[in-house]
Amino acid sequence: MHPVLKKPNRAAFYDVDGTLIQTNIVHAFAWYAQHQPTLSGSLIKSAKTALSIPMFLIADKLSRKVFNQLFYGYYAGEPEDRLLVLAEELFEDVIKPSIFPRAKDLIEESRRAGMRQVLISGGLDFTVRPLARYLGVDDFIANTLEFENGYATGYLGKPFVAGATKSVIMRDYAAQHGLDLGECHAYSDSYSDTPMLTVVGHPTAVNPDFRLRTVARSYDWPIIDLRGDSRDKPARRRA
Amino acid sequence: MRAIKPRSRGLESENVVTIDTDSAPRILFYGEDFLCEDLPIGTRVIYPNRPIAGLPNPRAAIRYALNHPEESDPLHALLYPGMKVTIALDDISLPLPPMVRPDIRETILDIVLEMLTDHGVDDIHIIIATSLHRRMADFEIRRMVGDKVFDAYAPDRLYNHDACDPDGMVTLGRTKHNEVVETNKRAADSDLVIYVNINLVPMDGGHKSVGVGLCGYESLKAHHTPKAIVESKSFMDPKHSALNHSVERIGRVCDEHMKVFHIETALNSRMFSGPMSFLMKNEDDFSEMDRMKFQAIKFALDRTPRALRREIFMRVPSPYELIAVHAGKTEPTHEKILAKCFEQYVVPVEGQADILITGIPYISPYNVNSKALNPLLVQVMALGYFFHMYRNKPLVKKGGVMIVTHPCSDAFDADHHPSYIEFFNRLLPETRDAYTLEKKYQDEFAYNPSYVEMYRRGNAYHGAHPFFMWYWGQAGREHLQDGGGKVIVVGSDNSTVPKLLGWERAKTLSEAIAMGRSHMGRSAQITMLHQPPILMTDVI
Repeated sequence: MHPVLKKPNRAAFYDVDGTLIQTNIVHAFAWYAQHQPTLSGSLIKSAKTALSIPMFLIADKLSRKVFNQLFYGYYAGEPEDRLLVLAEELFEDVIKPSIFPRAKDLIEESRRAGMRQVLISGGLDFTVRPLARYLGVDDFIANTLEFENGYATGYLGKPFVAGATKSVIMRDYAAQHGLDLGECHAYSDSYSDTPMLTVVGHPTAVNPDFRLRTVARSYDWPIIDLRGDSRDKPARRRA
Repeated sequence: MRAIKPRSRGLESENVVTIDTDSAPRILFYGEDFLCEDLPIGTRVIYPNRPIAGLPNPRAAIRYALNHPEESDPLHALLYPGMKVTIALDDISLPLPPMVRPDIRETILDIVLEMLTDHGVDDIHIIIATSLHRRMADFEIRRMVGDKVFDAYAPDRLYNHDACDPDGMVTLGRTKHNEVVETNKRAADSDLVIYVNINLVPMDGGHKSVGVGLCGYESLKAHHTPKAIVESKSFMDPKHSALNHSVERIGRVCDEHMKVFHIETALNSRMFSGPMSFLMKNEDDFSEMDRMKFQAIKFALDRTPRALRREIFMRVPSPYELIAVHAGKTEPTHEKILAKCFEQYVVPVEGQADILITGIPYISPYNVNSKALNPLLVQVMALGYFFHMYRNKPLVKKGGVMIVTHPCSDAFDADHHPSYIEFFNRLLPETRDAYTLEKKYQDEFAYNPSYVEMYRRGNAYHGAHPFFMWYWGQAGREHLQDGGGKVIVVGSDNSTVPKLLGWERAKTLSEAIAMGRSHMGRSAQITMLHQPPILMTDVI
């Protein structure tokens, strides 16, 4: 018994990394680095990625935009067809096992409430696509890599899906699909996504970092945790 | 503050005391604090009945009830090896404050589980019948059922009901009034459901136990409506409660599909003891020791931060005693318990009041171990519970004035009451009309995925719960405010909350009484309801 509310102009926007899944874009890139065509290529790329992690962390602290520009530069020279083909394997090996157990329940509940389901991720479109399909969402918005002659340039297509830009993209998306943002929901784990949370009428902090938790408490936003151990799962036990 | 001194002459009645020139000031709850106020001469102060003496041997009484049930075979005769049994328990909302250990539910569980084991029954699940209340935390369940049961059954066979679990709920059908009857699937699939109840007020127990305690939102919303509340005169008087009539219809459908063995208990009103025992007394009868206790507590409270005061109060359990236990078929069992409840709580009162004064305490059924009695719960205590504590006629006249004492702080527990915050800040500024709120917003809150998640995996009340709390006060609002009367809150620490609730403010009780008199006339009849402990007036 779950009546669909008569409000077709509603959607739920989900950040992905840290919100619905445990991994992030660095994990995805590290996986690609490990799966180079040659063993030496894999070793070199993996080592380079590992050594760059401190720099990524600093860049992420400064600005998500700076981080993205720096990070996606590492994709330069990767063949497009290889990235696309391996995306399915990446999903099965890395992303699918890292989906938070309650993420599907949240999306299912939201769908039952009659909302359009949209992922909005700073990840790359070809890595997000299998996840979107698996979760059964209606749409996804993700970053796109620029390719030239079948090889990645290391530059992202614009606009970057990150930080404040997410809220602009969501406004455009809402206008395009006749959504009322005041009726929409948004979910994120990160303080950097505060703009996307503030643009909707129903923001929720999911597994929030310290800064987002503070903001959420200040504004009385709901805080939920999709991680948790089995003791926190629904207390349903059937014989 | 004038010292409380005993009055020299005797009382005209134990329950109804009229304030005279030499009367002591009266103590009123003021959230996590007290007010000690002189009342105008001629004010009636209504005191609860003294606690009925507890049963000398509760375990023997429970065993007797199980072996001599109402319109049912004894419990042992219903058991056979290999059967599937579900035991459902009332949650932390009962009793208030939580009782000293062992909780009566622990005592009953001990006896029932021993009996089940003796009869070869091992497929046993214990479900806390939370309905749309918050999930109880492990430490709360442990306190309620005892260490032995908790260690043996939690978490796999001792858990909270989940009204939003699509796989854990089942629809049994509809009543003749087309009310949806949803219940817990495990209970519905069981060969026997044993319900262990506590009756603290007359609206508890009976078909409400299974029909509400194990229900889903669609079932609950059939009767938790402003209309049902307004048509309940009062919802504490089951025979005249539209809410109860609906619950009974739902319960009867449950009974058609499930074999239910009900164990109902009634507790006395011994809510405070030890340092707080003075709260159980008429102030005119205070001893020197009582006065010292009160002054000491008041002195300490005045110098303690609110959060700490709250913690202290929450840690003082009540020494309730069992005064009756009956078991068997739901309705005859409930009838016997209800009679005992009325014997404990009902105080006959002659005539209605123009102005009703009552203190609002720190606790309600919905904020045990929460960080605050939030504004909606203050409202439900005043216009819901205390207004409805009557039989025949409301204690206050239609269009009268109700004066309550509470700080009305704009404070919520974000983990327990997240949807209350949105309701209060987003909806109440738009409208206070319960019928509009129900139609326009209730389902939206009920099916808000974040609130569903917080209810199912966190410790939050269901998204629609603040609506029910608002409806709970609807009869009081219509009786008072829509009838030209008013609610005045004394000592509110802000103006926003009373304004959103539609209440007026007064700094002191004297000011509030003056405001009430200016509305109702100089000769207005003033009555103070001296609670807690709980009392219910029978207005003739």
